[in-house]
Amino acid sequence: MLALGTLAHVKQMSRSPFEVTIALVVPIVQATLAVYLFRAGHEQHRLLQAAVGAGLMGVWSSVLFGSGGAIQNQRWQGTLEMIMLAPRRPVLVILPITVATGLTGTYALLATLAWGRILYGIRLDFVHPFAFVVAAVVCIVALGMFGLLLASTFVLMRNANALTNALEYPIWLVSGMLVPITVLPAWTGPLAAMLPTTWGARALREATSGGPVWPSVAVCLGISVLCLIFGSLSLTYVERRARAAATLALA
Amino acid sequence: MGSDYAIEADGLRRTYRGRTGWLRPRRTEVEAVRGVSFSVRRGELFGLLGPNGAGKTTTIKMLNTLLLPTSGSARVCGHDVVEQTREVRRRIGYVFGGDRGLYDRLSGLDNLRYFAELYGVAPREQKRRIAELLELVGLAGRERERVEGYSRGMRQRLHIARGLLHSPEVLFLDEPSIGVDPVAARELRRTVGDLAAAGTTVLLTTHYMAEADELCDRIAVIADGQIQALGTPAELRHHADGRRVVEVEAYGVPDAAVSALRGLPGVRETAIEERGALQLLTVQSDAHVDVQGDILRELAGIRLGRVNSREPTLEDAYVAIVNAA
Repeated sequence: MLALGTLAHVKQMSRSPFEVTIALVVPIVQATLAVYLFRAGHEQHRLLQAAVGAGLMGVWSSVLFGSGGAIQNQRWQGTLEMIMLAPRRPVLVILPITVATGLTGTYALLATLAWGRILYGIRLDFVHPFAFVVAAVVCIVALGMFGLLLASTFVLMRNANALTNALEYPIWLVSGMLVPITVLPAWTGPLAAMLPTTWGARALREATSGGPVWPSVAVCLGISVLCLIFGSLSLTYVERRARAAATLALA
Repeated sequence: MGSDYAIEADGLRRTYRGRTGWLRPRRTEVEAVRGVSFSVRRGELFGLLGPNGAGKTTTIKMLNTLLLPTSGSARVCGHDVVEQTREVRRRIGYVFGGDRGLYDRLSGLDNLRYFAELYGVAPREQKRRIAELLELVGLAGRERERVEGYSRGMRQRLHIARGLLHSPEVLFLDEPSIGVDPVAARELRRTVGDLAAAGTTVLLTTHYMAEADELCDRIAVIADGQIQALGTPAELRHHADGRRVVEVEAYGVPDAAVSALRGLPGVRETAIEERGALQLLTVQSDAHVDVQGDILRELAGIRLGRVNSREPTLEDAYVAIVNAA
């Protein structure tokens, strides 16, 4: 179910000329951003780290707009009601959508690295290459689960896309995707620690330039599982509220 | 379980609450459905007929678990729609008219595969069932094309195939032939008729009289959120019993004439329909009153086309019922 559903949604998402253009252009922008910000420090590893961080920002954008946008898209297409009519727990219906957004986000991560290599000659030598791959997979799964939690708010609100815009940059910053969280004010610390994105970014950074990868991966996975559980419960609650408040359809 | 009735609605009510205004928000409340009760037997083809805004779609959505009733209850196949939602969803299919509701960038086949999986069709059964349904709705051979290239009629047929994937006991059709050309609509009606004959209970909402008359075993006329009349098409036609209908095609009917006619004793309804260059004036009167003379007098000097005097049809009965609401 998960596989078929995810594939169907990936196909639907990836076939839009608009999406494809964005997917091509944004990683270039991200890569450029990363490079110019970090060129000040002349270590190659810092540059790679920056590229990875920028790539992760791309994945987060994909998940955020994907999960929130996906729900809104389903509403606009008239398919939200049809999928919610399935005799299944809502989480099993929505999860393929959010995982699909994580998958299409992978492209953003890889493209950023590729553009970094092609345009700016950033050498892609990771300290722990195998761990990097694993961390990347875990990151994408984590973001998919986090997207699930977000999706539940989007099911309830008719104009969920307004919320997505507000969440993009704060999460980038607080998770330390590009800028280390040590430079942020102290109160963001606990907030950052709760987000799977923080741990995912950390795992990727450690895989890139050295450090204990596996603990970060474990914490990331742990928080993801929590997101899955809360997301599942939240979706069930929200689906019922949406049926009471008539927000599954546009009209 | 083991209920004779496929659908039982009891005092269903639905209010929509909203907010208007930005500086000083006001709460608005629209009572779309105001106490609807009816039952549909297994295997029956039941029609819900009514003008736009009558509450048809709201009623059907309460029955198919997409909306929670504000009050009242409903049971489908013996299961409560609010308390046993998943049980109900396993047994129902929902088809609605229009362009939306399908994944445009996927092929028809991909759409069906996805929904088959989603609605719990056994994996072994999926391929066979999809092929069977494509054949049934006449889309075999076109299933690998993207839905964005389908015509309205083809989309409608795919909708129906999708609604039947999991062999539901009850099928809800919400205005299925809206925007569909007459030939395709006829095909659709035949498919729906065959389904009902095969034992599926069908609840159909429509505002096409001919469709309801042709297909339905029983019809409920809903207007203003309430059921105004319920019965077989023959029974409903009796609402216009004891009447005669005079139809006059005229080129330019003055409003004064219509008002004058409406004021005549024995005249029940008057209606004007624009048909291109001419208008069709319909006057319903008591059977013993001959209004034809009065009509021709009011329309003196105006070029006339056909003048026809006939028995009332279901449409006339419907107009009478709805106008009385």
